[in-house]
Amino acid sequence: MAEVSLPQAKAGRQVPGLVLLMLGIAAFLAIFLLIPAGTVIVVAFTEKGSGAFTLVNFLDFFSNDLFKRSLVNSLYVSAMSVVWASAFALPLAIITTRFEFRGAVLIQTLGFLPLIMPPFVGAVAMQLLFGRNGTFNLLLEQNFGFRLPFMEGLNGVIFVQSLHYFPFILINVSNSLRQIDSSMEEAAQNMGASGFTLLRKIVFPLAMPGYLAGAALVFVKVFDDLATPLLLNVKDMLAPQAYLRVTSIGLADPMGYVIATILIAVSIFAMWGSVAIMKGRDYATVQRGGGGLARRKLKRGEAILAYGVVVLVLLLVLSPHIGLLLLSFATIWSFSPLPDGYTLAHYSRVMAESSIYIRNTLVYASTAGLIDVVIGGGIAYLVLRTKLFGRQWLDWAASAALAVPGVVLGIGYLRTFYNVSLPDGTPLATLPVMVVLALAIRRLPYALRAVFAAMQQISVSLEEAAENLGANKSRTVRRIVLPLMLGGLLAGFVTSFATAAVELSATLMLIQSSNEAPIAYGLYMFMQSPAGRGPGAALGVIAVLLVAVCTFVSHLVIERSQKSPGLKK
Amino acid sequence: MNKGLWALSAAILLSNVALAQEGTVTVVTSFSKDVTDPIKAAFEAAHPGTTLEVQNKSTSSGVVYLEETRGNNQTDLFWASAPDAFVTLKDQGLLSTFKPTVEGIPETVGSYQVNDRDGYFFGFAASGYGMMWNERYLEANGIEAPAEWNDLAEAQYHDHVVIAAPSRSGTTHLTVETILQGEGWEEGWKLLKLIGGNFQQVTDRSFGVPEAVNSGQAGVGIVIDFFGFAARASGFPVDFAYPSVTTVVPANIGIVANAPNQAGAEAFVNFLLSEDGQLVLFDPAIQRLPINPAVYDRAPEGLPNPFKDPQFASMITFDGNVSSQRSAVVDSLFDQTVTFQLDNLSAAVAAIQAAQAAAEGKDMPEAKAMIEEAIGLVAGVPITEQDAVSAEILGAFEGGDTATARQSQLEQEWAAFAQKNYAEAKQKAEAALALLG
Repeated sequence: MAEVSLPQAKAGRQVPGLVLLMLGIAAFLAIFLLIPAGTVIVVAFTEKGSGAFTLVNFLDFFSNDLFKRSLVNSLYVSAMSVVWASAFALPLAIITTRFEFRGAVLIQTLGFLPLIMPPFVGAVAMQLLFGRNGTFNLLLEQNFGFRLPFMEGLNGVIFVQSLHYFPFILINVSNSLRQIDSSMEEAAQNMGASGFTLLRKIVFPLAMPGYLAGAALVFVKVFDDLATPLLLNVKDMLAPQAYLRVTSIGLADPMGYVIATILIAVSIFAMWGSVAIMKGRDYATVQRGGGGLARRKLKRGEAILAYGVVVLVLLLVLSPHIGLLLLSFATIWSFSPLPDGYTLAHYSRVMAESSIYIRNTLVYASTAGLIDVVIGGGIAYLVLRTKLFGRQWLDWAASAALAVPGVVLGIGYLRTFYNVSLPDGTPLATLPVMVVLALAIRRLPYALRAVFAAMQQISVSLEEAAENLGANKSRTVRRIVLPLMLGGLLAGFVTSFATAAVELSATLMLIQSSNEAPIAYGLYMFMQSPAGRGPGAALGVIAVLLVAVCTFVSHLVIERSQKSPGLKK
Repeated sequence: MNKGLWALSAAILLSNVALAQEGTVTVVTSFSKDVTDPIKAAFEAAHPGTTLEVQNKSTSSGVVYLEETRGNNQTDLFWASAPDAFVTLKDQGLLSTFKPTVEGIPETVGSYQVNDRDGYFFGFAASGYGMMWNERYLEANGIEAPAEWNDLAEAQYHDHVVIAAPSRSGTTHLTVETILQGEGWEEGWKLLKLIGGNFQQVTDRSFGVPEAVNSGQAGVGIVIDFFGFAARASGFPVDFAYPSVTTVVPANIGIVANAPNQAGAEAFVNFLLSEDGQLVLFDPAIQRLPINPAVYDRAPEGLPNPFKDPQFASMITFDGNVSSQRSAVVDSLFDQTVTFQLDNLSAAVAAIQAAQAAAEGKDMPEAKAMIEEAIGLVAGVPITEQDAVSAEILGAFEGGDTATARQSQLEQEWAAFAQKNYAEAKQKAEAALALLG
């Protein structure tokens, strides 16, 4: 972490503004995350029936075989998913940023898509391709007489999770690699380093902040994710156990919240760990605007190899989307490698209503993404550039949002805000802005990690130089920090935006009318009946396309901003 | 009754209501868009100026939603399948009474009361439980279509059956209760465990079951009838049958206490029960059995009539009080001994089935006794029927003063009991198989 070495007098002058910023962010987190989630999670510390304070529920957790097994399974799956996600992400990141490679932006966009898997339909598409009677296994069985258990047990969860979440590593590592100045590389080359040594001594260490940010996100996200284990019918993991207990045994049962508390504790510990590794190391570089690493031309053989790897990885990680696309055009698809027939009927069915869903999704997700970048940027600045007391707690509180199950947050919002009425009697909780805030809180950790990594790479000496030249703090932030962080900010925005666009669990509690519903909610309404599967898939494809286009545009912007030689003005 | 005259007067009555009541009627429902859209369209056509605002939530989150928003209620109606959700809402004072004006609705369907005795909620459609299967899947695996619950315990269905966890699906909970009440506590659990040993998955939502069967991931699903009928009507290669021990129960609608649009809510209930409303249930994507017998002469082919067809007359009596009293205990027993022990249970049952196949036609009483012993171990239940409704256990689940243990402790005991029994059963069956050579 970069050490701040501002003269005391100067720091003192800045404190009021920074304290205000910190208080503002703390209040935001308290009102929209800690208090609502707290109203629900407090049950973990109470005795059932009497409501008295107790810790006995935690004792019960550790004397229950199922819960202990779930904890071990969750840790194992999360760690293995990080390994596999790295294996998918690193080749793509290195090839697209270090070499002259046609279609790098397209690949960055496509590599990002797995994060956007619409609820329910995504699961169906995965089963139809990789399930025990999915396309692959039916073909294997017919031709070779055996099947592969892609989607079974813990290994199935690891397979699907690493496909799903590897973009976290891809996006953060790519961004780090782009920030590395070519002069570092040239210096190393001048000293005789090349090939693997160069990669090991210069590129990997400098890409470390991004990699750790991404890996920590993958770990925590897999640890807290319940959709994939439930899709594969793996129930002995922690997040599904918490969810199943809260939603079936009832709100008064403490064990669901005990598990949620443990999820939160492990998540914060993992985040803390990723920061602790970085402690005492400085990855900031002073040079800027060199346009990232020098892009090497690929030799013919290398090019074939590189394209081969990229195409293979992309085919694998995008297969759920290919399945989704097929499903959206399929008439009937049941126990066969491919659908029985194709039709456009599903699209015409959803066309009429989809425009309103699309509008709502864009408004909600982009507002949430914007809030996340602003709050995340504020927290990153406070943590990395100030010594204010308790700044670390902001980071941890925001990261805790990852581990609060969406349904818990949704119930918390109803509990906290429903009885607060506007002057005309409408409950506060029914306003669409509450959906936006819930989405922003749920996705804040994503943006925070991206922004955090970007800021770690900026040397504080650049800011000191600006201040020595007479610029005040806000001017320094505006003219130096923000432009240098543009890539990281956009990366944060895109991640929050894209994942918020397909979020459902908290939304389901808060949406009051179909006119205010985002795409994910429309999808849910379709996916409860056999005839709704096709239209649901069509809506899913629309959601993916929508996010893909937005992501592509942001990548173009990132790419442009990196190409511009030096900073303008 | 003169049907034409009745329909005319009902129409006039309804149109008067429609004139009197305009605005928005808000309904919280677990039904999919395919069900709500046609009904919404028909209702709005019959009541110009009224808009039906559909809020789609799962049954359990719908109940939570009404609980959490009661201080400032904005919902007029709650509309879902599982009768126990309505009992919960009624007990919490979240529903209001009403007397629908539609006539000709019978008192009971099968052996189940159609409407709540106190007038808090009303059946609008009947549903029975049974089995659906994927024909391509069965053909490819050389399996026959099942006819009875017992069939599902046969070795040919091993690893091919899917069910929703009763703790997660009100409809499956009723199926499990039906089996427990129809076969008795001990025999019922034995059957459930032996079928359970053939489960490929235990899904966490009701619709996961038809989804797995429709897409061909599983062969046979234990489901509520309309999932099977609607999938068949939508063109999937599936079929559905009722076993002889089952029960039909109504799917319900109720008016929420302090409804902002009481008159609109009443109009919707009356519309839903009227012939116009009931006919919409025949829509290929809905396929539910209407509760108003007057419309069955217009039913599509293949849809049974629960008021006439003999198969429904033999269906067992279902005691709703017993069911609701022990519902949490039964769900938890199922989860701890089947859902979360599925691998162990499946392995034990597979070993038993292998030994049984080897014992076929051989005269080896010793081995057969060992197999019976193994079956007995699998079938064992950690608590008796009386225990299930005892003050101690109910107290542990509800946190009352009578509790001697906490729910989590009981669950641990039951899970350990099941795990140990299944391991022993597997050993016994394997020993029997070795003996049979």
